[in-house]
Amino acid sequence: MKQLLILSGKGGTGKTTVASAFIKLSGAKAFADCDVDAPNLHLIMGQKCEPRRKDYFGMPKAEIDSDLCIQCNQCAEHCRFDAISVDSSGTYGIDKFDCEGCGVCEFICPVGAITLKPEASGELMLYNKDDKVFSTAQLKMGSGHSGMLVTEVKRQMKDAAGNTELAIIDGSPGIGCPVIASLSGVDTVLVVTEPSISGISDMERIIKTAEVFGTKIAVCVNKYDTNPANTEKIEEFCLSRGLPFVGKIPFDTEAVKAINNGMTIVDVDCRSGRAAREVFKNTMEVLSE
Amino acid sequence: MKGKDMKIAVLSGKGGTGKTLVSVNLASAADNAVYVDCDVEEPDGHLFFKPKVVSNEQITIKMPSVDDALCNGCRKCVDFCKFNALAFIKDRPCVFEDVCHSCGGCVLVCPEKAITETDRMIGEIKRGVSGSVTVYTGMLKPGEESGVPIIKRIMQASEADENALKIIDCPPGSACVVVESIKDADYCVLVAEPTVFGVHNLNMVYELVRLFNKPFGVVLNKCLDGENPAEKFCVERDIPVIGRIPFDTELGELNSNAKIVVRESEKYKDLFFALLQTIMKEVRHETVADSKR
Amino acid sequence: MKIAMPMDEKELKTNVCPSFGRAPYFLIYNTETEESLFLDNSAIASQGGAGIKAAQTLADNDVKALLTPRCGQNAEEVLSKAEISIFKTIPGTAQQNIEAFKAEQLSVLNDIHPGFHGHER
Repeated sequence: MKQLLILSGKGGTGKTTVASAFIKLSGAKAFADCDVDAPNLHLIMGQKCEPRRKDYFGMPKAEIDSDLCIQCNQCAEHCRFDAISVDSSGTYGIDKFDCEGCGVCEFICPVGAITLKPEASGELMLYNKDDKVFSTAQLKMGSGHSGMLVTEVKRQMKDAAGNTELAIIDGSPGIGCPVIASLSGVDTVLVVTEPSISGISDMERIIKTAEVFGTKIAVCVNKYDTNPANTEKIEEFCLSRGLPFVGKIPFDTEAVKAINNGMTIVDVDCRSGRAAREVFKNTMEVLSE
Repeated sequence: MKGKDMKIAVLSGKGGTGKTLVSVNLASAADNAVYVDCDVEEPDGHLFFKPKVVSNEQITIKMPSVDDALCNGCRKCVDFCKFNALAFIKDRPCVFEDVCHSCGGCVLVCPEKAITETDRMIGEIKRGVSGSVTVYTGMLKPGEESGVPIIKRIMQASEADENALKIIDCPPGSACVVVESIKDADYCVLVAEPTVFGVHNLNMVYELVRLFNKPFGVVLNKCLDGENPAEKFCVERDIPVIGRIPFDTELGELNSNAKIVVRESEKYKDLFFALLQTIMKEVRHETVADSKR
Repeated sequence: MKIAMPMDEKELKTNVCPSFGRAPYFLIYNTETEESLFLDNSAIASQGGAGIKAAQTLADNDVKALLTPRCGQNAEEVLSKAEISIFKTIPGTAQQNIEAFKAEQLSVLNDIHPGFHGHER
């Protein structure tokens, strides 16, 4: 199974818009949304069936039994994450957002009043119908573990997809853990960038990150007509680095409308859709090299 | 909370909606403001402000270090570590700094006191000036895991600038780094774009600010003609819409060239000044309401 | 000598697992006695540092060589400190890789990938 991952570095450049168009054009039977913090792909892919849901357990969190607690304050003194506080009645409690599940409080408590308990920090979802597999997840607010959950989303997709040829993965913004986790095992990365200073800066960092993994990298520019001069800069950058520039997509209010109506940009007749078809063709060529 | 000592956090569930546009320009529209960039993975504010840097501070976290001479090979440290940051190889414990969470547990469990801690640099904070704005930029060193210690420190450091309006540019999403950035905020500005993705993610930060009991209002950005799903979301839930920024190619171009629009355009100077007034009014109203309880 | 391979199933005639740190089992094969043993990989449930824990398991079981398609840099560090060689598997079953190893047809694994940073925050 070949995996095409769509990344950007900067948020809001059009990963999901492009990913959904590609899924439609390729007829890919396996796809995943690895933006577990803010998943969006399901809003356009319009799965008609109910997904199989599974709780995702991240690090366990500490819990204090106030009946046993002698209020010696040892736990709060040793907690490196400021996760333990006392309320006005003297009851000690753990802030679940801050707790990292390290176990120091459990260890240091002289009366065994603290235990680590499993805590669901997200939910995995798998849509499996009509031969198509769509894997996604939602991280609970305030949680960490996005990297681990991303790995689970991909594994869930691979396990269900079997021998299918192509999988398309919608990635998350940034360059951190969830992006690194999504890069593993991927053949080709398509970087979708926008022609702004921030966009270019973030594109350079995501390319650096992907290069470490030795994946093939292709670049395209979305909303290119918002700044043609910067678009040219990006094309020159790709040329100088020997990276395939697979095309550019114009800003298109029809695209916004299509997405808002739950459709991809290739489901309607619009300029961005037509440009996306070119980008798709060129990207597939890079993938099959 | 004193009159001018207000902390306003700007966040959105989704990237690219305009957090930095709004926070940079709100700070620039005020007489005297502090801009704090908490998006330590991808700080963008400094690209707009191009601040003259006045000081910088390295941020470190503690990493364990084993004294082999004292180690008795009991492996208690390896067994304790929840993050697998210690391995026992050829009769000695080895530390894996990049997965260590700096919890200090191994130091505590070692019966021979063979483990001590050393500092590891994970990023830095720069304090600079751009016009009437004091700019704090937090930067996580590429390859490091968590920006949370940097955000904690940048929030502390910016306390030094008293009697100034503080605008906090938050990271995208609603994960732990966002929680850390809004903890001390008096008011949260949620920036939304008129797309179904934008609304879906607006919902997440909406839940987050309610969970933390933060007063908040929504700024609708990139407004086009026709139905605005983000506006509809607000109307349905009685969420105050405190500002509207039109989709405007002039604005888009200035922004994509990292220009601060309130410094380039009268129209936008007025728009952001008005937005600032609205926010201050909303915050004062909240304070009054609070004191009546 | 003992060699190890990450496995998805406890069966020599099945394919080697593509991941080392998160393989469900390790095959420990003794090239002299031709005995095989399957160990559960406790690292599979780890939030982070799975490669480290997996490599620790091999070090604790006196393994001298690991046969794997991929290996992360943290695991590689543990393995090299423990003086365990790392060989790149050929596509195929554990049995096929054992034969290839015995015939000295396997090459040393050179490209080590960075950690997945898949842990909290």
